[in-house]
Amino acid sequence: MKSVKLSVAFVLIALLVASFSGPAFAQAGDAVRIGVFLPMTGGVASYGQMEWAGIQMANRMKPRVLGRPVELILVDEKSDRIEAANAVDRLISRNRVHAIIGTATSSNTMAATPIAEKARIPIISPTATDPRVTQNRKYTFRVCFIDPFQGEVAARFAFNSLKARRAALLIDRAQDYCVDLANFFRNNFTKMGGKIVQTTYCQTGDQDFTAQISAIMATRPDILYLPNYYAEDALICKQAAELGMRIPIMSADGAQAPELIKIGGKAVEGFLLTGHFEKEGAATKLAKQYIRNYEGKFKMEASGFDALGADAYFVLLNAMERAKSVEGPRVRAALAKTRKFEGVSGVINIGEDGNAVKSMVILQVKNGKFRYLATVNP
Amino acid sequence: MDFSFLAQQVINGISLGGLYGLIAVGYTLVYGILRLINFAHGDIMMIGCYFAFYGIFMFSLPWWASFLLAVILTAAAGILIDIGAYRPVRNAPRISALITAIGVSFLLENLGLVLFSGRPKAFYRPEFLSEIREIAGVRILDLNIWSFVLTLVLLGVILFIIHDTRTGRAMRCIAYDMETTKLMGVDVNRIIALTFAIGSAAAAAGGIMWAMRYPQINPLMGIIPGLKAFVAAVLGGIGNVTGAMLGGLLLGIIEILLVALRPDMAGYRDAIAFAILILILLFRPTGLMGQKLPD
Repeated sequence: MKSVKLSVAFVLIALLVASFSGPAFAQAGDAVRIGVFLPMTGGVASYGQMEWAGIQMANRMKPRVLGRPVELILVDEKSDRIEAANAVDRLISRNRVHAIIGTATSSNTMAATPIAEKARIPIISPTATDPRVTQNRKYTFRVCFIDPFQGEVAARFAFNSLKARRAALLIDRAQDYCVDLANFFRNNFTKMGGKIVQTTYCQTGDQDFTAQISAIMATRPDILYLPNYYAEDALICKQAAELGMRIPIMSADGAQAPELIKIGGKAVEGFLLTGHFEKEGAATKLAKQYIRNYEGKFKMEASGFDALGADAYFVLLNAMERAKSVEGPRVRAALAKTRKFEGVSGVINIGEDGNAVKSMVILQVKNGKFRYLATVNP
Repeated sequence: MDFSFLAQQVINGISLGGLYGLIAVGYTLVYGILRLINFAHGDIMMIGCYFAFYGIFMFSLPWWASFLLAVILTAAAGILIDIGAYRPVRNAPRISALITAIGVSFLLENLGLVLFSGRPKAFYRPEFLSEIREIAGVRILDLNIWSFVLTLVLLGVILFIIHDTRTGRAMRCIAYDMETTKLMGVDVNRIIALTFAIGSAAAAAGGIMWAMRYPQINPLMGIIPGLKAFVAAVLGGIGNVTGAMLGGLLLGIIEILLVALRPDMAGYRDAIAFAILILILLFRPTGLMGQKLPD
C-alpha cells in the first residue's frame, strides 16, 4: 500500500515539475511568448484596459511572426509599482517570455525595467512618457513621445494661442510623470515670459481638491495646467466649476480616457490636452485598418491608449521580423533601428536611446467628446 | 488673505469633515460595542455605493429608492459579514478578530474588482443638489448642506438608539461585559448583528454622500476614506459616537486649512492626518471625548 502511495506522490510531483518547467523544452515552431503587464485594476485601470484591448486587436490583425503563432500572457500590475516589478519577474522567470509590453505609467515602468534589463529581455512601454524611463537602459523602449516635447507644446499653446501669461499648476506628486511634466511646462512657459503664480500638489487617489482650487483662484491665474491622470483631473474640473473657476484648463496625454468625460460631465467642456492619437487625425494605412477592426469588435471609439498598445505590439513584431529571431539581444538591436515604421498612431522612429520620435495631437473636449484640433511635429 | 477666502476654507473643511464624521460614526459604533476595529468599514461603504449605482443604472430605480435600497442591502451585507466572518472568532483573542477584519477588507476589495471591474464609474447626483449658493462671496454646494443635515440626523438617531431603546441598553451592556449580558438572557448574537447592521447602514449613507460629492466610484475607493474615518474616530475618542463626528469635522478642517494656507505643502496632507493619529495615540489615547466606554 505504501509503495502505491509513494508512486502516486512521485507522479504528482513529476507533473508539477513538468508544468512549471514546460516552456524550458520549447522548440522552434512553438509559440512566441509576449508578456504583457498592465494596470487592469486600481487607480489607472482605464489605461490598462484600453491598451490591452489595443494589443488584443493588433494580435488578431497579425497573429503570427516568423512563421510561429504569438501567445500573449497578461499579468495585472494593479496600478502599483511593486506589483509591476513582480509582474515582470513572473513573466520572465515563470512564463519565460521572449519580449514584454508594458506598462502604461512611467513610475511603474521604471520599477519593472531593471528586471528585464538583467534578463536581457526587450521591454516596450506603450505610453510611459517620462524621459527617465529609458535613461541608462539598454533593453527598454517606448512607442510614445516624451514629456519635454509635451511640456513645450502645452506651454507654447497656452502662451501663443490662449494668450495666457499667468499659469497655475496642480500636480499629483505621487507620480514621476506628473512632477517631471510640470517642470517641463514650467521651464518652457517661464522662458517665453510667462509666470507661474501658484504651484500646489495632490496625490493619486485624492478626491477633495477644494483647498487647492481656492488657493489657485486666490492668485488669479489665466490658465490651469494639470499634468495628471484622468481620475484626478475629472474631479478637479468638477470642483473647480463648483467653486466658480472660469479659466481654461489644459492637461496632457494622461487625461485622454473616456472616464474624464463621464465623470467630469459639463465641467470638462473646453478641456484641452496634448495627446498621442485621435482618429480624426489618423494618417497611415494601418491606422485606418485598425480603427475599422477595433470599432467593429469593441463597439467603442479607438483612442490614444489602445492605439499605442497596438503600436507597441506591431513595432515589436516588426523588429522580430527584421532580426529574424526572438532572442533578446537581437530583437533589441532591431528595435533600436526602427525607422519610418507606419504604425497606428503615426510614423514611428526609434533611436539607440529607446525613445520614439513622432508627432503629437492637441485635443479639446466639445459636446462630451474629444475633438481633434491640431497636429504638432517634433 | 481676506475673510471670504478663510470662510470658504472653513466651509470646504466642514463639508469634507462632515463626510469623514459620517463614516467614522459607524466605525466607532462597532468598536465601542465589540472592541473590534472593523477595517472593512471603508469597503462596506464602497459596497453601498455600488448597490446605489446599480440600482440607478441597471434597474432604473428613481435615485431615492435606489439609495434607500442600497442602505438596506448594505445593512444586510453587514449582518452577513458578522455571521460569516466575525461570529466564529467572537471568543478568540482580539487580535484574531482584527486580522479577520483585514481579511474581510481584502476580500471585499478584490471581490469588487472582479464583480465591478477596476475602471472608475461616474456616480449620479440629483440635479437639485448641484445648485450652488453664494453667500458673502462664499460658495456652498446644496449637496454639502444636505449631507451635513443628514449627518446630524443620523447622529441623533444613533444616539437615540444607544441611549433610549432596549436594544441600545443591551448594546451598552455588551460593551461593558459580554459574558454577564449573556447570563441575563440577552441574545448577544442578535444584538451584535444589529450593531453591524446599523454601522453598515451608516457606512452606506456616508458612502453615497461621498460618491455624490466626489462623483467617481471604484472598488478601492473605501480605503482612504476608511483610514481617515479611523483617524477621526481615534481623534474623537474611539467608541464615542459624538466624538467621532467632532473628530471628523476637526480632521477635515485641519486638512483643508493646511492645504489652502500652505499650497506648497499640499502633498503632505495625508501624512499630517496620520501624524495626528500617531500623536493622539501617544499622548491622549482616549481621544478628545476621552472615556473608555460608550457612555
